[in-house]
Amino acid sequence: MAAEREPPPLGDGKPTDFEDLEDGEDLFTSTVSTLESSPSSPEPASLPAEDISANSNGPKPTEVGLDDDREDLFAEATEEVSLDSPEREPILSSEPSPAITPVTPTTLIAPRIESKSMSAPVIFDRSREEIEEEANGDIFDIEIGVSDPEKVGDGMNAYMAYRVTTKTSLSMFSKSEFSVKRRFSDFLGLHSKLASKYLHVGYIVPPAPEKSIVGMTKVKVGKEDSSSTEFVEKRRAALERYLQRTVKHPTLLQDPDLRQFLESSELPRAVNTQALSGAGILRMVNKAADAVNKMTIKMNESDAWFEEKQQQFENLDQQLRKLHASVEALVCHRKELSANTAAFAKSAAMLGNSEDHTALSRALSQLAEVEEKIDQLHQEQAFADFYMFSELLSDYIRLIAAVKGVFDHRMKCWQKWEDAQITLLKKREAEAKMMVANKPDKIQQAKNEIREWEAKVQQGERDFEQISKTIRKEVGRFEKERVKDFKTVIIKYLESLVQTQQQLIKYWEAFLPEAKAIA
Amino acid sequence: METHAEAGKEGKPSCASVDLQGDSSLQVEISDAVSERDKVKFTVQTKSCLPYFARTEFSVVRQHEEFIWLHDAYVENEEYAGLIIPPAPPRPDFEASREKLQKLGEGDSSVTREEFAKMKQELEAEYLAIFKKTVAMHEVFLQRLAAHPTLRRDHNFFVFLEYGQDLSVRGKNRKELLGGFLRNIVKSADEALITGMSGLKEVDDFFEHERTFLLEYHTRIRDACLRADRVMRAHKCLADDYIPISAALSSLGTQEVNQLRTSFLKLAELFERLRKLEGRVASDEDLKLSDMLRYYMRDSQAAKDLLYRRLRALADYENANKALDKARTRNREVRPAESHQQLCCQRFERLSDSAKQELMDFKSRRVSSFRKNLIELAELELKHAKVSPPTSLPPPGTRVCVHVWMCTRVCAHVGVCMYMRACVGESSLS
Repeated sequence: MAAEREPPPLGDGKPTDFEDLEDGEDLFTSTVSTLESSPSSPEPASLPAEDISANSNGPKPTEVGLDDDREDLFAEATEEVSLDSPEREPILSSEPSPAITPVTPTTLIAPRIESKSMSAPVIFDRSREEIEEEANGDIFDIEIGVSDPEKVGDGMNAYMAYRVTTKTSLSMFSKSEFSVKRRFSDFLGLHSKLASKYLHVGYIVPPAPEKSIVGMTKVKVGKEDSSSTEFVEKRRAALERYLQRTVKHPTLLQDPDLRQFLESSELPRAVNTQALSGAGILRMVNKAADAVNKMTIKMNESDAWFEEKQQQFENLDQQLRKLHASVEALVCHRKELSANTAAFAKSAAMLGNSEDHTALSRALSQLAEVEEKIDQLHQEQAFADFYMFSELLSDYIRLIAAVKGVFDHRMKCWQKWEDAQITLLKKREAEAKMMVANKPDKIQQAKNEIREWEAKVQQGERDFEQISKTIRKEVGRFEKERVKDFKTVIIKYLESLVQTQQQLIKYWEAFLPEAKAIA
Repeated sequence: METHAEAGKEGKPSCASVDLQGDSSLQVEISDAVSERDKVKFTVQTKSCLPYFARTEFSVVRQHEEFIWLHDAYVENEEYAGLIIPPAPPRPDFEASREKLQKLGEGDSSVTREEFAKMKQELEAEYLAIFKKTVAMHEVFLQRLAAHPTLRRDHNFFVFLEYGQDLSVRGKNRKELLGGFLRNIVKSADEALITGMSGLKEVDDFFEHERTFLLEYHTRIRDACLRADRVMRAHKCLADDYIPISAALSSLGTQEVNQLRTSFLKLAELFERLRKLEGRVASDEDLKLSDMLRYYMRDSQAAKDLLYRRLRALADYENANKALDKARTRNREVRPAESHQQLCCQRFERLSDSAKQELMDFKSRRVSSFRKNLIELAELELKHAKVSPPTSLPPPGTRVCVHVWMCTRVCAHVGVCMYMRACVGESSLS
């Protein structure tokens, strides 16, 4: 299967684009556009899975963007066979009914992919998970935008309200296009709900953007300067990315809380997200307790895959942090360069004014103009640096922290199982002692307890297995997403660099004749 | 640390680009320079067929203090009061560079070996650049003196060029420095007094215009020079920033096992190129823009000094007139007053004439220098974007890249852009 898969024929749909290229840049944009809006694949992947999904899934999606998504998914899926082979086991052994129930520590959640199409019996000869992915490929038909930040209220009670717009053709939503107003604490509330439901069973829940007391206070106080508008813009972009990541997750997408967040016009205020609330303090205490526990748990890792992955994520984390720090320095210096260039442009203009040789004076004014334009360029490049590169890195640093959290949960699960086993052993010993001492009523009690703990041990084992499987799947999905994300951003970033270079060329070429004209 | 520089060769930045009339009867150049711990020793080579010298070709070793001595000798010489004395070269200052090298040497454990090597390379290049610049400044000073018909005939100049021994000119000690400082204050106070003096009217429109022009020009060019320096430093900072980014991207790339590997590695390479590019842009801006502005800032100061001397002469002339009138009314010591007044008048007129000529020379020198440097600046900026395409052609399987290469424009001034596009093409398909 890996062999017969070919890279999608990108060029087929638009042969003319490559031929008459005058400007290199056109080539580039056409490349990007073919990637993004890849033609309604005349021949989609030759996987037999396609047929199955065609049957089991409902109407094929009309959105072109999805096809690309799916193709990319598969391009990577086949290449990563070796890495993820452990995943190729049917994961969902027993299918409870579709309802997603709130999780309590002892019951296991088996979130069912509630898609309109999965009612048809799923064929098991192919890995279930691949089919799910294809099905999900169809379901990723949802676009989220966060826009229009506006200030509501006054003084210290003021807050920013953001408009969350959803465009979708999924049937689980009542409308196909709708928007609601949300504030930052609503987002945090959503995240905390999702985290409490899914995090400890192994799902990687994307982390919400961070609180920032300083930034928000400035906005509340009403300072209308560039730093507060920048802050709001940064936050808006971060919220948008957060939501986009969350809806990409097939399991989270089914969650009713998420649906309520996107759809309902009124949302109960999430007070628990405030740092100084009772819940906030509880969170901090829990975090500290967790940190201590982590140090004391010694787990017998039976599966090398987990150890390997953990190490990998550790390394990745370290390097991303280093890179992030360097990129932040770059952004800062580029902004400085832009400011200095602007200052120089002004003084060059003044010099040109006081110069009494007319041609030289004109040339100097031209130089001033060129430098001003270059300053603009630097500023734009700084924005690109920041929003594309730096923010991506910080997002992934936080995501990796979530991944590490998931691994930690697995450890805790194992610990619970271990504890149950130990307790069972103790109970059995106690029963044996009772047998010897021959106290019939205590024996009965001991037997009951043994039964109870046996059940708990079994449950613990099941939980552990489940979480391990879920983590494997999640990590696989995470890696794919990561590769996709980084590649997209790198391409966009390169584009911006290219553009800057070209603009520079244009400006200096315009200046050169002026300089030559000085008599 | 000892550094030699072949100052006479093309590597030399001819920033001031003094337009010297091709008079080959006296050619001066700095053929070699050595930097020792604290000082720089310049080898001044002279070729001349003039009768003042014992030989036709000779060279001597001079230090910065001797240049300053020569400059001061000119300034203090009354004969040259009507001329613009070429500004003295600035003292060689390697402090900043040396400090940075030291800090680098002290080591930062988080820096990888390649990063360290690159940073060291950058600092060494910076050191070398400063060295070359100081050599150029000293050379330009001498060459302007050699080209000026009056200044070149100065006896001190001959001594400087020819006398084989050390001139035993020590650097100014604190008292002398303070003295110089006070003299400057006195001078500006004096100037203020003169201009404010009632009855001192500028008779010549030309000088009136020149004076207002020069005052304003000098302030503005100083401003522009400072800001150009800041821009140049910001560019350097940016170039240095690329080093850790490139290193981090490479290590990320080597760790990845999937498609991101090539993307990261290519991006790392790209940042490396960008770093070199930014570095070159910074140094070019430094040479063509900052240095030129700095030189003309000093030159315009010298022109201002000339105007001051002339003004002083005018004031003296006026005073002599008044004294003469007073003497005539009192009918005492008329003769000496008359001769004094004559002297002052002559001096003033002599100064005015030569000043006029000098100022016009200054203007034409300035215009041609700006022209040359601005053109070179623009050409260099363009050239940097015309970096040659990468030597490694992308593998033929990647469709987009093939097309990129096929559609190459002859003027490869999108060289770097092409490389970037090649990266993009590959990473988008890989």
